[in-house]
Amino acid sequence: MTSAEPAEKLLTPVLSASWDDARPWTLATYRRHQGYQGLKAALAMPPDDVIALVKDAGLRGRGGAGFPTGMKWQFIPQNDGKPHYLVVNADESEPGTCKDIPLLFANPHALIEGMIIASYAIRCDHAFVYLRGEVVPVLRRLHAAVAEAYAAGLLGRDILGSGIDLDITVHAGAGAYICGEETALLDSLEGRRGQPRLRPPFPAIAGLYACPTVVNNVESIASVPPILARGKEWFKGLGTEKSPGFTLYSLSGHVTNPGQYEAPLGITLRQLLDLSGGVRAGHRLKFWTPGGSSTPMFTEEHLDVPLDYEGVGAAGSMLGTKALQVFDETTCVVRAVTRWTEFYAHESCGKCTPCREGTYWLVQLLERIEAGEGVEGDLEKLLDIADNINGKSFCALGDGAASPIVSSLQHFRAEYEQHLAERRCPFDPAASTVWADGPRPGHPSATEREVHA
Amino acid sequence: MTNVELGLPALPAPPYPEEVRARLAADAAELIGRYPQARSALLPLLHLVQAEEGFVSATGIRFCAEQLDLTTAEVTAVATFYTMYRRRPAGKYHVGVCTNTLCAVLGGDRIFEELQEHLGIRNNETTEDGTVSIEHIECNAACDYAPVVMVNWEFFDDQTPQSARKLVDDLRAGREVRPTRGARLCGFKETARILAGFPDERPGANDESGAGGAPSLAGLRLARGEALPGTPGTRVVSPRHEEPRHEEPRVEEPRHEEPRHEEPGQEGTEA
Ligand SMILES: Cc1cc2nc3c(=O)[nH]c(=O)nc-3n(C[C@H](O)[C@H](O)[C@H](O)COP(=O)(O)O)c2cc1C
Ligand code: SF4
Ligand code: FES
Repeated sequence: MTSAEPAEKLLTPVLSASWDDARPWTLATYRRHQGYQGLKAALAMPPDDVIALVKDAGLRGRGGAGFPTGMKWQFIPQNDGKPHYLVVNADESEPGTCKDIPLLFANPHALIEGMIIASYAIRCDHAFVYLRGEVVPVLRRLHAAVAEAYAAGLLGRDILGSGIDLDITVHAGAGAYICGEETALLDSLEGRRGQPRLRPPFPAIAGLYACPTVVNNVESIASVPPILARGKEWFKGLGTEKSPGFTLYSLSGHVTNPGQYEAPLGITLRQLLDLSGGVRAGHRLKFWTPGGSSTPMFTEEHLDVPLDYEGVGAAGSMLGTKALQVFDETTCVVRAVTRWTEFYAHESCGKCTPCREGTYWLVQLLERIEAGEGVEGDLEKLLDIADNINGKSFCALGDGAASPIVSSLQHFRAEYEQHLAERRCPFDPAASTVWADGPRPGHPSATEREVHA
Repeated sequence: MTNVELGLPALPAPPYPEEVRARLAADAAELIGRYPQARSALLPLLHLVQAEEGFVSATGIRFCAEQLDLTTAEVTAVATFYTMYRRRPAGKYHVGVCTNTLCAVLGGDRIFEELQEHLGIRNNETTEDGTVSIEHIECNAACDYAPVVMVNWEFFDDQTPQSARKLVDDLRAGREVRPTRGARLCGFKETARILAGFPDERPGANDESGAGGAPSLAGLRLARGEALPGTPGTRVVSPRHEEPRHEEPRVEEPRHEEPRHEEPGQEGTEA
């Protein structure tokens, strides 16, 4: 099947539109692309109207859960005499997820403008970016962009003569996936071990320093300025009724052209593959994740699932972070799931027993199955342990750990059984590598590197 | 100087020499001043002491505790929770190979094996000359550039066993290497200082490397009507604001018929 529409019509670069311009990370280039026009529009409105506009536009959180952003802002109690905080979640560590980091690297001002608008709306005068530590190039650009914004009067006292003050603190984490969970993030930002908090109270009531706090994903906040600048009707004109707007889909794995594809919500993987050159030449799609490793995996039969919150949910998974990790027929699903499970065991914060102990035992079982040492009953045991984690853990990391196991056993049980029966892994890992079939056409080889050096 | 290698640091840890302490205390005060509550500066302070010694020592922990009026036990509890704080010195160049599923499958596992064999060290060890330490790391939010290697947390994208081996050889030989995304490398300690919250002061560092490689721009180029390698686009346009390519983009040839021009990854990282 081919897409009826050419790529130009299916894709809608908004956040990524300036990335091929000269030094798009600078204020000057950002301004050439409508930069800080959304802020101007926002400052001309009462804060509550800004909240209403974002709510009416239907923007939903891009950090995984899809919660309506405007509604989250509305939950902040006003005139309560307490400081309010905005904390941007830039921890991006869910396996497969790779949108916020390229966005911040290319276009950090999109986030800063969004932060100023959001802070104005919720009446906050100190906002934070919690960036995962392992991405120094992005930290460098964030530091520089914040400094530029201060120098231009976009941050600090009396922003653009509005009487509004805002400080932004850029904070680097130190390596912990769990700090992406919003309450663990807040504990971490308070200088503690990053362990999730009991909710309620939700951060909107008692967040950072027990004050009302909005925690939003990078892409959610960066999507706000275009809504202010171009209007909610424009935004609602993209995407689907319940999942309006544009978003970054991140295609990775065994595809001809991995990368960022900004499109209206509701596009399908088939369309994305069709326009981007497909699965790598000579191979077939085997399984894929719609939104990172924590979202139940899909197969070929799900190629036409609309990639919006409702569509993916109805098909039994979650849109998550739109991290489309594609694996072809050379990939051993047991190996993939084992590695993800090792990740969850490593990243489990240890606070609750089902996740801490359960992920440990899942790894023991999976490693022996992968090594050809599994015994009868192991698959039932896997499902049993996964069931004891899923829905019974303190936070969603536990649920995420169960997802790849349950979904892979649903779609590929025979492959697990083959490992048990043959007492070995039937796959050759060398066949899955990017260099297995020679250099890939999309491979940014020396030419690309020279260009950037 | 004592460290926590055996998990039993001598108590109390010796303080920093006075001039080091005074210098770091001034830095610490600046970091603490950025937060409404002092304790929020603990992660930055741990990066700061790591910038001083290349790892978080008992002395560093004591320093953090003193600055924030915490016990050393409280600081230790935090320091040990986060993987970036090292209990032993890293090499001057800390090399992280992503072996989370996607990178592992696409070749990260092979790359990590290759580096261990080539350097004769294992996970979390440092070469005898102190130049290179290696570690397998989790997904670094760069899956569209898999397999990914990080050096001092700068991106070295699209690696192969050959390119990774050349990379560590260059590092050990003191040759300059450039990340595909990021600035020319500084040492592990200088990197830790940036992480603490002190911007990189090297002129031009922020402008090194572009906005991203081909994967970051893939969707945008298609939307502009340009073709990607392997797509049936109608026009092949040199990306704007970039130098024209030095060789013809291999666009039209289907990949499986393509002769192997070069060992993949032979292209150097010193572009
Ligand atoms: C284990 C775990 C990791 C998470 N990691 C991230 C992350 O890296 N970035 C992010 O924005 N949200 C992450 N989330 C979701 C956040 O808890 C939260 O829902 C999100 O930041 C809210 O922002 P949004 O409403 O703008 O999507 C994670 C959740 C869990 C359970
Ligand atoms: S589910 Fe896992 S990560 Fe979440 S609180 Fe429990 S132990 Fe911690
Ligand atoms: S799996 Fe390696 S960067 Fe995501």
